[in-house]
Amino acid sequence: MKNFGYTIQRDQSIDIDQNDRRIVNYLLSLEPSFNLCLGCGSCTGTCTAGHFVDFNIRRVHTLLRRGESKQLKTEMKKCMFCGKCQLVCPRGVNLRNLIITIQRAIEQIG
Amino acid sequence: MINFNLFVLPFFLGLIYVLVAVGKSWYHWIKALTPIDKVKLSTLIRHPKQALSALKEVFLESLVHRKMWKRNPLLGYMHMSFALGWFLLIVCGNIESRFYSGVHVNAPYYPIFLKFFIHDRLVIFFEVFSVPGFFRFLMDFLLLYILSGLVLALLKRQYSNFFGMKRTSRFQFTDRVAMTCLWLIFPLRLLAESFTAGHYGSGGGFLTQPLGDFLVQLLPVPSEFVAYAMWWGYSLSLGIFFVMLPYSRYMHIPTEVLLIFFRHAGIQPKKWYSSFSDTEVQSCSRCGVCIDICQMNTAGIHNAQTVYFIQGVRDRYVPEEITQKCLVCGRCQEICPVGINTDSLRLIKRRELGSGQSTDFSYLKSDDKPKTAQIVYFSGCMTHLTPSIIRAMTGILENAGISYLHLDKDRSICCGRPLMIAGKDRQANELIEINKQIIHETRATLLVTSCPICYRVFREEYNLPIRIQHHSQFILDLIKTGKIPLQGQFKKVVYHDPCDLGRGTKTYEAPREVLSKVTDLLPVKQEANNALCCGGSLGILNVTQQQRAMITKEALDILLENKPEILATACPLCKKTFATHASIPVMDIAELVYQSIPKPSYSASAQSHQAKSYANELI
Repeated sequence: MKNFGYTIQRDQSIDIDQNDRRIVNYLLSLEPSFNLCLGCGSCTGTCTAGHFVDFNIRRVHTLLRRGESKQLKTEMKKCMFCGKCQLVCPRGVNLRNLIITIQRAIEQIG
Repeated sequence: MINFNLFVLPFFLGLIYVLVAVGKSWYHWIKALTPIDKVKLSTLIRHPKQALSALKEVFLESLVHRKMWKRNPLLGYMHMSFALGWFLLIVCGNIESRFYSGVHVNAPYYPIFLKFFIHDRLVIFFEVFSVPGFFRFLMDFLLLYILSGLVLALLKRQYSNFFGMKRTSRFQFTDRVAMTCLWLIFPLRLLAESFTAGHYGSGGGFLTQPLGDFLVQLLPVPSEFVAYAMWWGYSLSLGIFFVMLPYSRYMHIPTEVLLIFFRHAGIQPKKWYSSFSDTEVQSCSRCGVCIDICQMNTAGIHNAQTVYFIQGVRDRYVPEEITQKCLVCGRCQEICPVGINTDSLRLIKRRELGSGQSTDFSYLKSDDKPKTAQIVYFSGCMTHLTPSIIRAMTGILENAGISYLHLDKDRSICCGRPLMIAGKDRQANELIEINKQIIHETRATLLVTSCPICYRVFREEYNLPIRIQHHSQFILDLIKTGKIPLQGQFKKVVYHDPCDLGRGTKTYEAPREVLSKVTDLLPVKQEANNALCCGGSLGILNVTQQQRAMITKEALDILLENKPEILATACPLCKKTFATHASIPVMDIAELVYQSIPKPSYSASAQSHQAKSYANELI
């Protein structure tokens, strides 16, 4: 079954103050259109990589917002950069630049 | 009289400096060529025909400025007067000086300041039919010719509109100094020769003699002194110009000659910043022709045009923002009078920015044995966003009775160009290898794709041993061989050239030919290699959707000028981008062709026939 990220999440408590929000702050400074996202999941629905493997940009968005960068590292390696997500985004989020910026942030933070 | 004066020194030293500096650069460029390129270059020596055609291009481009003439006659005249005029002035001056000195080899400064050295030789004015008289006439004529260009150059700074340019490039300090000196050289030469001719009452031509006579009368100080000062000024402006040349835009003068020879030897741009790239960068004259045509202007971006990008490369520092801010549409490459591969330079610099995080595409590997087929259809990622194109293409294929394999029907893998165009070659190559393997396993002999982005990268990077066609070419073949019957509706249509299909792979005719079979194709003001980008380009990352929309709307305004009923294109990305803003339907050529195929079971006549027989049965 395809995972659009709508399934019920496991219980987890998140302490926003404890989590690492460096990446999201870096992203917001470089690609402010990130703020426009309303989490509709169109990007995930159309994703070329998501067709093959569990890759979910909508979840990446949530992880970023929560500051959970550990999972991101392996997650972001799957993107093929084709740009379909950007074309279907109803909010005009600059997704390709967002993804390349996330990748760069992960690289810098290590 | 000894043919030497102290004032020749600034010129003479400047000349030695520029010759050494340019010679050093040429030496380094040739030395840094790859071994294969060196062999290619040496073939020029063995094949004089090739070398001659290179020389011909040097004459037509570096001196006559043919491409500038095509762009705008005033601009062409201005450049030609400086280049060809000065060149002829040097050549004719040299021949003239031999006549006076009586020897074949003169000191390099002797012909340049000839009129100073020979002022004691009395020659009668208007003696046009003698050799010296003829040369005096010729040299004055050439000087006048260059000065007419100079007047145009001055006017261009103020009224660039008349030269077909809305914006001109911003200069750096060294450019300004060199340009000022260049502009001073010829008026100072005119004054120096005129004052000398006026003072001695002879030796001038039709221009310098009357002007000299007139000016000398007006002078309150001895004219000999003024003439001498002018000779010093003339020499100084030449000297400073020569010294500044290697550090200014005028370095393009000697470099372009070498570039033309490189090109005629068959040397190609590399994937990395090679010696050839450096030659290209130094050949940029910063004429600014690429500024106006850049669609970044429409989006309100005025600092990233190719001329500024190349300026940054030359200064060994390009801000990342500028390297990235480019649609990679290739319009500047088409219009560049020097023929610089601007897109490939951009991509080289993007590659240098670091390829970013490593990728993991292991999930793409599958053990499934793919089906085999002669003809393989690869729709591409973008086409999956426009299912109507896939429906049309599969419909056409089925109608033509062709057995084919839709390679990415369910499992669509990106072709790699989006990664490549962002400078991530290593990651792109992983995708390319996976796709190559899959294509290889299908044992196809023909690969048809609906996406120009895929088509370009298949051709340029995949090295596939099979035929590759964009669907416009494939459909044209089907029409020509009569495989699909057509019943065109001949609606008014304009065609938008996708960047990667048009300028990218020079496929201009096939889509037009297909369209002319089924529609009434209207012309567009800017089409073929001058077509605009739709604004959806994958080549750019750092523009907002609003800026993209500005580009799209401008392109639409131009496309829809002739009031077509349908906007046709051959690229799913262009279709998707235009469809958001267009007031009329946007259709791919595959859709238009599919519409025109008569479908027996659903056609109107068949339906009415069916209804009739049904009615008959009832009665």
